[in-house]
Amino acid sequence: MPQVSMTVNGKATSGTVEGRTLLSGYLRDHLGLTGTHVGCDTSQCGACVVHVNGAAVKSCAILALEADGADVATIEGQANADGSLNVIQQAFQDHHGLQCGFCTPGMVMSAAALLKENPKPTERDVREYLEGNICRCTGYHNIVKAIMAASGQDVTAIAAE
Amino acid sequence: MYNFEFVKPATIADAAKALGTEEAQALGGGQTLIPALKQRLNAPATLVSLSGIGEMKGVCRADDGTLAIGGATTHVTVASEAAAHYPALAALASHIGDPAVRNRGTIGGSLANNDPAACYPAAVLGSGATVKTNTRDIAADDYFQGMFTTALHDGEIITEVRFPVPQKANYQKFVQPASRFALTGVYVAKFADGVRVAVTGASENGVFRWTEAEAALSADFSPAAVEGLTVSADGLIRDIHGTPEYRAHLVKVLTKRAVAAAA
Ligand SMILES: Cc1cc2nc3c(=O)[nH]c(=O)nc-3n(C[C@H](O)[C@H](O)[C@H](O)COP(=O)(O)OP(=O)(O)OC[C@H]3O[C@@H](n4cnc5c(N)ncnc54)[C@H](O)[C@@H]3O)c2cc1C
Ligand code: FES
Ligand code: FES
Repeated sequence: MPQVSMTVNGKATSGTVEGRTLLSGYLRDHLGLTGTHVGCDTSQCGACVVHVNGAAVKSCAILALEADGADVATIEGQANADGSLNVIQQAFQDHHGLQCGFCTPGMVMSAAALLKENPKPTERDVREYLEGNICRCTGYHNIVKAIMAASGQDVTAIAAE
Repeated sequence: MYNFEFVKPATIADAAKALGTEEAQALGGGQTLIPALKQRLNAPATLVSLSGIGEMKGVCRADDGTLAIGGATTHVTVASEAAAHYPALAALASHIGDPAVRNRGTIGGSLANNDPAACYPAAVLGSGATVKTNTRDIAADDYFQGMFTTALHDGEIITEVRFPVPQKANYQKFVQPASRFALTGVYVAKFADGVRVAVTGASENGVFRWTEAEAALSADFSPAAVEGLTVSADGLIRDIHGTPEYRAHLVKVLTKRAVAAAA
C-alpha cells in the first residue's frame, strides 16, 4: 500500500494509506487528530476545513495522497505556544460564536484563511467567505461578530441577535 | 468509495499514457469527482491526478491576444490572475461555490464535467473560446453536447482553454443558495464583430446560445434591445427550485442585467 508523508501543524508525519483514503481520514484515523470534524462528507458543510499549503480546503474532498509532501494546518495547531486560545478562538468564546461546537473547527480554519488574505474584512466579506461553512446552531450572527472582533474591529454596533 | 490506484504524473505526456490504460480516470480538483466516487457512481481502477503537471497551470496572454488558461488551473487562480486581462471571467471564477471549492476546483474539471448549472461552460460558450486537449483543438460551439456530455473522448485531457477577450462582458448568476450553482446564469460578451449570449442552468440540454438576443444586441447593445423577445420554456429544466417558465423569465432578466452591467 502507498506511503504518505506530510507536515501537520509543524510536525513531520507519515503513514500507510489506501488510494481512496481522504485527508480527513488520514488526520482523524491515522494521526488521531479528531478536531477536524466530518459533518456531511459530501463537500457541503465545511466542518472539515483545514489548510493545505496555506489554502483552506475541505479535507473530506481531497485524497491523502494528493497532500503528500504538503504543509497541513488543523485546528489542533491553532492555539498559542503556551496553550492559550489564539485571537480567533478567544473571540469565538468571548462573542458566543459557538453552541454545540461541531462546525467550529471549520469555522475557525476558514476565518484564519480569510483574515490572512483580508485582515480587515467587512461584515459582508465575512459572510461571503463563510458560504461553504454551515452552522445548525448559532444563526451565524455571533460567528460573524467573533471574526470581526478577531480582526481588531469594533463590534459594539453589530447586534447580538 | 471503492479503492483505486493513485498516480500523479508530472507531464501531460505521462498523464496521457496513464489515462490510456483500461478504467483510468483523470482527477482534477476532485470537487465533483470525489463526491461521485463516494456515491459509488464510478469505480475507476486508477485515478490520474493532474495537479502535479506544471505545464497545465496558470494564466497568460498568448501572442494572438487570447487569454490562455491551463486546464489544471484552480478557480482561485483564475479569479486573481485573469482579473487584469478579462475581468468578467475573473469575476465568474471568484463566485464559483465557496473559497474551499475554489482553492481545489479547476477549469478543466468543470468543463469536462459540463454540469448543466455550472458557470464556466457559459463563459467558454459566451466567449467563443477554444478547448485545447492533448490531441486537438475543439471550438466551444462543438464542445458542449448536452447535459454532462462533451466532445471529449475517453482519456482525453483538457490541457488549456483559449479565450478571445471581448470589448465588454458580464456574467449574471442567479444563485441556487443550497448548491451555490446557477439556478440560471447568463454570460454576455460583446466583440467587434457581434455579441454572444450563453445561458447555463436553464436547459435540459445544458449550456446554449440565445441567438435571437445575440442578433438584437449586435444591432443595439442595450437592455431595451431584448425587451420585445420571449424565451420559450420548452426543454427548460423543471425541479423543486423553479419551473421552466420561471427559468425562461430569468434568462431574459439576467440578459438585461448583464448588458446593463457590461455597458
Ligand atoms: C459545494 C460546491 C459548490 C460548487 N459550486 C459551483 C458553482 O457555483 N459553479 C460551478 O460552475 N461549479 C461549482 N461547483 C463545482 C466545482 O466548480 C468543481 O470544481 C468542478 O465542477 C469540477 O472541477 P474539479 O477540478 O474539481 O474536477 P474533478 O472533480 O476532479 O473532475 C470532474 C470530472 O472531470 C474530469 N477531469 C478533471 N480534470 C480534467 C481535465 N483537465 N481534462 C479532462 N477531464 C478532466 C474528471 O475525470 C471527472 O470526470 C461546486 C462544487 C461544490 C462541491
Ligand atoms: S465534512 Fe467535508 S464539507 Fe462536510
Ligand atoms: S455551533 Fe453547532 S453547528 Fe455550529
